[in-house]
Amino acid sequence: MTPHLNEIWVYLAASPLLGLTITLVAYQGAFWLYRRSGMNPLANPVLISVTALVALLSLTGTPYQTYFDGAQFVHFLLGPATVALAVPLYTQFRRVRAMLLPVLLGLVAGSLTAVLSAIAIGKLFGASTPTLLSLAPKSVTTPIAMGVAERIGGIPSLTAVLVIATGILGAVGARYLFDAMKLRDPAIRGFAIGVASHGIGTARAFQVSEQAGAFAALAMGLNGLLTALMLPALMPLLSRWLG
Amino acid sequence: MIAALTQLLLFQLAGEVVARGLGLPVPGPVLGMLFLFLALALRGGPDAELQTTSQGLLQHLSLLFVPAGTGIMLHLHRVADEWLPLLLSLLVSTFATLAVTALVMRLALRSTPTEGGQP
Repeated sequence: MTPHLNEIWVYLAASPLLGLTITLVAYQGAFWLYRRSGMNPLANPVLISVTALVALLSLTGTPYQTYFDGAQFVHFLLGPATVALAVPLYTQFRRVRAMLLPVLLGLVAGSLTAVLSAIAIGKLFGASTPTLLSLAPKSVTTPIAMGVAERIGGIPSLTAVLVIATGILGAVGARYLFDAMKLRDPAIRGFAIGVASHGIGTARAFQVSEQAGAFAALAMGLNGLLTALMLPALMPLLSRWLG
Repeated sequence: MIAALTQLLLFQLAGEVVARGLGLPVPGPVLGMLFLFLALALRGGPDAELQTTSQGLLQHLSLLFVPAGTGIMLHLHRVADEWLPLLLSLLVSTFATLAVTALVMRLALRSTPTEGGQP
């Protein structure tokens, strides 16, 4: 490396510009691949961008904190995006009034199942307590899940990864499960996908049918809200269980 | 767009202030979402600008996960150490959640006189 290039690198490595730019470039590339694959859920753009960025940062020996100094500007938008979820929530809410009771019962049952089964199975197979607390909000959309993880003593960045994995699993597998259960009502299928696998599942449901997508978006918003209220309140009980 | 972003930030700020001020165990942006939802209910829906801006923001929601997801590089050893419980927990819990939610809704729909969905 000539001294000149070296100076440029030293400047760029210390400025937030590089972290921000590589985040957007990685995402654009990953999204292009996702479209090329015909929106195959396995080609999830978040998964691809993260893999590429981790490889790049490791190869250049860049610490995560240096990268995040730039990427934080993207990360910050998670807050306003969470607030913005109120808009689709409001729009869907009026359509769903007719079946309010089944929706609420399904929501509470599904939300409890998501949290308790994740912790129980993780504990059964020997996961550590911080890992279990990071797993607990895995079915909720990332900005909410990370906030909840932080509140209850999990690791927000680990939660983000587990949430994304959960979304991909639900989006890929739901169809086979529901077909095996002979469950055809698109409202029920959509709502269950939204409860179990948040935004990634919701995106998938919209591709199948408008009605399924609407119910999935509603379920994602409601489960986010319920989990954010319920999980911190359950913590005294959970911490006794986890020892 | 600026007016809508200002609204979203104000609701988030209100959520943060109330959550921390009252010591509530809920993330500030979630309370902000609840406040905005109530405001929309009072106002009878979002204006065109808020509708467009929130749609734009939510369309690119997955981009916003990337910086946090990249944080996995700080936890690679944890994932390597605990891959089996993590994998089993995610797999079983996700499918159990799908099945339980769907079964409870189907039961509830059958036992209430049909107003919505198909029998």
